[in-house]
Amino acid sequence: MPWTLLSVEISLALLGLVLLVLGLVLPEKGRRLMQPVAVIGLLGILILGGGLYTAQYNLFGGNYQIDPFAGFFKLLFLVAGILVILSAGRYLERFQERVNEFYSLMIFALLGMVVMASAGEMITLYIGLELMTVSFYILTAYLINDKLSAEAGLKYLILGALSSAILLFGISLVYAVTGTTVIADMAVGFFLEPVMIAGIILILAGFAFKISLVPFHMWAPDIYQGAPIPVTAFLSVGSKAAAFAALVRVFIIAFPVSTFDWPLLLAVLAAITIVVGNLVALAQTDIKRLLAYSSIAQAGYIIVGLAAYNVYGVKGVLFYSMLYVFSNLGAFAAATVVEVETGSTDIKAFNGLAKRSPMVAAIMTICMLSLAGIPPLAGFVGKFYLFSGAIQSGMIWLAFIGLIMSMVSVYYYLQVAKVMYIGSTDEVSPIKPGKTVGTALWVCLIGTILLGLYPAPLSNLAQVAIQIFL
Amino acid sequence: MSNWPILSITLFAPVLGAILIMLLPRNSEKTIKITAAIFTLVSLVLSIWVWIAYDRSQGGMQFVQQIPWVADLGVTFALGVDGISIPMLLLTNLIGFSAVYASWKVADRVKEFFSLLLILITGVMGTFLTTDLFIFFMFYEVVVIPIYLLVIMFGSSKRVTKEYAGMKLTIYLLIGSAFLLVGLIALFVQSKAMLGFPTMDIFTLATLEFPLGFQIFVFALMAFGFGTLLSMFPFHAWSPDGYAGAPTAVSMIHAGVLKKIGGYGLIRIGLMILPGGAAYVAPIIAVLALGNVVYAAFICLSQKDLKYIVGYSSVSHMGYVLIGIAALNLISINGAVIMMFAHGVMAALFFSMIGNLYEKSHTRNVDDFGGLAHQMPRLATGFMIAGLASLGLPGMVNFIGEFTIFIGAFNTYKVLTILAVSGVIFTALYILRTLGAVLFGPRKPEWDHLEDLKGPEMVPLLVLGAAILIGGIAPFTLMDLINLGVGDLVAQLGSLQIGGMF
Repeated sequence: MPWTLLSVEISLALLGLVLLVLGLVLPEKGRRLMQPVAVIGLLGILILGGGLYTAQYNLFGGNYQIDPFAGFFKLLFLVAGILVILSAGRYLERFQERVNEFYSLMIFALLGMVVMASAGEMITLYIGLELMTVSFYILTAYLINDKLSAEAGLKYLILGALSSAILLFGISLVYAVTGTTVIADMAVGFFLEPVMIAGIILILAGFAFKISLVPFHMWAPDIYQGAPIPVTAFLSVGSKAAAFAALVRVFIIAFPVSTFDWPLLLAVLAAITIVVGNLVALAQTDIKRLLAYSSIAQAGYIIVGLAAYNVYGVKGVLFYSMLYVFSNLGAFAAATVVEVETGSTDIKAFNGLAKRSPMVAAIMTICMLSLAGIPPLAGFVGKFYLFSGAIQSGMIWLAFIGLIMSMVSVYYYLQVAKVMYIGSTDEVSPIKPGKTVGTALWVCLIGTILLGLYPAPLSNLAQVAIQIFL
Repeated sequence: MSNWPILSITLFAPVLGAILIMLLPRNSEKTIKITAAIFTLVSLVLSIWVWIAYDRSQGGMQFVQQIPWVADLGVTFALGVDGISIPMLLLTNLIGFSAVYASWKVADRVKEFFSLLLILITGVMGTFLTTDLFIFFMFYEVVVIPIYLLVIMFGSSKRVTKEYAGMKLTIYLLIGSAFLLVGLIALFVQSKAMLGFPTMDIFTLATLEFPLGFQIFVFALMAFGFGTLLSMFPFHAWSPDGYAGAPTAVSMIHAGVLKKIGGYGLIRIGLMILPGGAAYVAPIIAVLALGNVVYAAFICLSQKDLKYIVGYSSVSHMGYVLIGIAALNLISINGAVIMMFAHGVMAALFFSMIGNLYEKSHTRNVDDFGGLAHQMPRLATGFMIAGLASLGLPGMVNFIGEFTIFIGAFNTYKVLTILAVSGVIFTALYILRTLGAVLFGPRKPEWDHLEDLKGPEMVPLLVLGAAILIGGIAPFTLMDLINLGVGDLVAQLGSLQIGGMF
């Protein structure tokens, strides 16, 4: 019976609750068990998710979809969650006794993402989105005594609530025309009139906020800077990927391209996002803000794939989202190590890192170059898929903008590399990341290089996932 | 022996060395250098073996290896060599091996230096060995980042800072490659639409008849991308600054082989896949090439820094290669290929001598020197061989290249070729003047403390000097091979009418 199909969701909810209870009942010393329990639990669920990958089923009358597309994103969220928890390392000491709830909040956010990827109906989607976002409101403000963190939490709450309202309004307008909230049925009742266009644009705006597409990106740098760095990492990877999953499903299934040319709209947004994100990143001096703008630009690249609206493009969306997990989290993990060690997020804190810890510096460099799309790293293959899609759809201008801007982005990534390799510092003591952080760094490195050198397995996985659409 | 994946071993030996070096302890500097030397020697010996064992009666691609890689992009990990790629392979390894010895004195961060250098050598070699567009582009861009790191860590800030030089080099080449990449993706998408299945194989793509407008568009993008790498006028500004900022080994590899990827790419990918586009764009390339030859030669006349002189002279010499390619006939393309080889060994020898001199004297200013032949006769020999090769003295391999190019190109562009020949005169002028000022004249006592080349420092002189002389005295050893490769290519070109634009 179908309920086994929901085992990922059910066990995530259980894991979150168990961790919450464990945090309360375990004595002070026993709480060191929390991290291993969380990681092992998530690994178990990852295996479960892998087993269910090819399953395809409509649950609750199409309200909840179990299919390879959702399965792909579930694996992605789980991998991201595991890596973030591993890479948090000694940073967690800053949360003091509240570290217990940190794990369960992370897992509830993860559950929200999973629901978003699988939702076949707008209200279900919205519930998943809120579960994720509300968890993130709390996590963003998790450094209670830190003003920046509190400010970031409040900002995220206000702007997040606004964007949710916009999304809901869009959903209600589309409902008014089509008479349904089930995504698959919306295409049936679809006809083009001003209200419908307004609805589509409002839904797009709601998602664009989560993805941080320009011009809905203003929140990202402030909140990325203020939030605790593991939360920022998870926000930039997980929350974005979840919004991509929902966006792809809703737009491809519900809104027929033949009547409304939304790919062009997305292409324009993607171009603006790529240009603005990369150009503003050039001027940043804080590593978190730099990664924030870089992640805005990355979102622009990923949207190119959906705008292309063909096999290569959509496959590129999935492929890129997955490699983005490894490359971006690798960069964040290295930044976490540096912040723990130096207490600063300024790029100057990376001075001489190559001497203090050659491994961390090399991983940071390689992960950032992957984001810039330099072969033979994963980012290059991802961009190849995305822009092959764009050119196949006749948007060669978008390929020009995207590829030239990605070469511009090399400039700011290399600025960090430069500081690490030739910057001078008085501190000469070697930096040793802990075992868990080391594991996360190595996984990110291997993922980034392997997906670049031998992309075939992931590309096959993505191929299976998108067969439900194209 | 024929079943051995000999090209793969040649290609990956340096990477293996790099990995080994990363595992060695930081303070075992001697071992690191020896490891680097051994692994580049393996590649050198194997590429000489490939050069000898290549079956000239059969021709075509040999030592072929193919492993399917990414099915939905049609990528195959395909290696193979023909008459055009063997000289390039040989060139890469001659220079790679010499570059290791030219860097024998590196004392700081030895581990980083040699592992990056070896990765760089593999990257360059890969572009010449593969017959798959995707793999080609991968290797093409792999080289950029190690170069940046090598320049900022080990470069020198004499006239421009090394950070500036490194970044300028990187950004120029990457922007060029972005245009190239758009062209490649367009080619891929178009070919998939025509064939019905995805492929990146250069020879399969070459069988397709692309629409003319499309060919012109993609070839123009390639000419821009490859032209930037080949320092085609007016996209050459990165090259002198980059060489000046870079450490010796990087200048050697960059001027020696890396630039040649541009020429090789234009021939192998541009002419082969898009002959129609090539015929249309060729006149523009020829005119720009004249800009290279003459304009850069004029700049050379006014330079005082040895590295800038060789830097601009390499821009000038690339003009000959471009004219050779743009003339689109068997003789001129033969000339372009051998010129690339000739310029490679010559420039590498020049940069290794300059690097050696700079290491000891801490200046590169021509006016500071004089009469160095008294104190450093071996170094002076190296300078003379490189300098005379550079001005195209018969008996040196460069003469063969220039002569062949001019003969070939004269059929197509009469006026342009005559103007370009004037470049030879200017080259003679600035090279002889520089050599005279640096090496000859009265002995200057302030340079008495300089020690002549000895031990490992002799290796670049011996290896590269031998290549220049052997190529010059017995050109058939390379020329027959190149003729074979270019012959296949020209058969592909058919009888094309150049121009269409004017």
